Amino acid sequence: MNLIKILNLSKSYYSINEETKAINNITFDIDNNFTGIIGPSGCGKSSILNIISNQDKDYEGKIIKKENLKIGYMLQEDALFPWLNIYENSILGLKISKSLNDDNIKYVVHLLKKYGLYEFKDKYPNELSGGMKQRVALIRTLAIKPDILLLDEPFSALDYQTRLKVCDDVYKIIKEENKAVVIVTHDVSEAISFCDKVIVLTKRPASIKNIYNINYINKNTPTQNRKTIEFQKYFDLIWSDIEK
Amino acid sequence: MTYKKYISKIKKNKIIIHLSQIAIFILFITIWQILANKNYINTFITSSPKNILITILNLYRQNNLLFHIWITIKEVLISFIITSFLSIFIATILYNYKILYKILDPYITLFNSLPKVALGPIIIIWIGANIKSIITISVLISIIVSIQTIYNGFENTDPLKIKLLKTFNANKKDILFNCVIPSNKSVILSTLKINISMCLIGVITGEFLTSKAGIGYLILYGSQVFNLNLVMSGIILLMIISYVMYNIILYISKR
Repeated sequence: MNLIKILNLSKSYYSINEETKAINNITFDIDNNFTGIIGPSGCGKSSILNIISNQDKDYEGKIIKKENLKIGYMLQEDALFPWLNIYENSILGLKISKSLNDDNIKYVVHLLKKYGLYEFKDKYPNELSGGMKQRVALIRTLAIKPDILLLDEPFSALDYQTRLKVCDDVYKIIKEENKAVVIVTHDVSEAISFCDKVIVLTKRPASIKNIYNINYINKNTPTQNRKTIEFQKYFDLIWSDIEK
Repeated sequence: MTYKKYISKIKKNKIIIHLSQIAIFILFITIWQILANKNYINTFITSSPKNILITILNLYRQNNLLFHIWITIKEVLISFIITSFLSIFIATILYNYKILYKILDPYITLFNSLPKVALGPIIIIWIGANIKSIITISVLISIIVSIQTIYNGFENTDPLKIKLLKTFNANKKDILFNCVIPSNKSVILSTLKINISMCLIGVITGEFLTSKAGIGYLILYGSQVFNLNLVMSGIILLMIISYVMYNIILYISKR
């Protein structure tokens, strides 16, 4: 069963001088696994997430979602609120969506404990490392118990080393919590190592160039996947796609 | 350079700054007094530290000085509170209804560039020659800048944080109270600091136009009877009042 079906989606942006077509008639399914969307910068990748998450209701086409599908969204930066401590940041989503009850608080505390942040719960974001902040942002998203997580270039603000580590970290946590993912990135290697399916978009206006199912014989964490022969194969395939 | 040396250097610097500040004050007062004593300057026009001190003491003994100080402080505090609440309230409304801001923008600019003192006579005729007029003038003088500063702060709120709240289905109220106001805490506090000074300016302006008491009244009265000792004393008192009030706000805002 697909979680989300996207049918003939098109999207235009308007300014006084012109109309810019960002997305041109794309159709694909999002299943209960990890889907990656890659394409050149500014090709309308983020627009797709905005539309899926209902932030943007101004589009053409059809989005069919599974009934009662709960969507979590993770942004380009951790976007933690510096005036709230780690605990308050973690429950922010619950507070805003008015679902702050004992059960959900217990769940957040459980997540904080499980992922090594409980002892930092009274600290403030500026006292944490970039990787830890990203983990807090993930817990804040997981707190509302979404079925699917939308990740919008979630690691782009981090330096390369941290990026690899956090990518593994986030991957493990999401797998552990058994969620589906749509990740948008312009980093080909990130998409291949992270996802089960990679959708390659063209330059603006974005249409679908190719869809790849990524299969590893020994599927592992993103960093481990990067070392395999399959990774190299997919990388070359997709790279040539983008270059064309 | 060792850590110890570094710390002692910083301490030394601090002491030099403080001592110099005090030295400037003492030097200024001393030179003023000496010039007055030797008759190099006309104390009838310039007054002198000693005369000012005597005048203040006399005011305290005979003319209910504390009452005048209290009147001015009361007017400043009332207009400060009105300005601060009103400007936060108006900025919030304008932020939430951008169309309203766009419509009102030219009028705000127009009103901002108008010297509010010019409105003084009208206000006195409409409201009367009383404390209400003084407070109105003071609020008018300080409120526009206050609204604009807070509004600009609101406008510059990190869009990513707002987007984040929207992903949790936040409404306008949630965004305002959970993101816009908290992330503009420092903007609001610094506006309050400016407001306290602006309100003092407004109150003195108002007292010059119409008053029966207050420091502004003393200064105006002093100049009318050509008692420069009284004028200078008023100015010195104003300096002290504004310095103390500013530091109280500074202290409150740091906590």
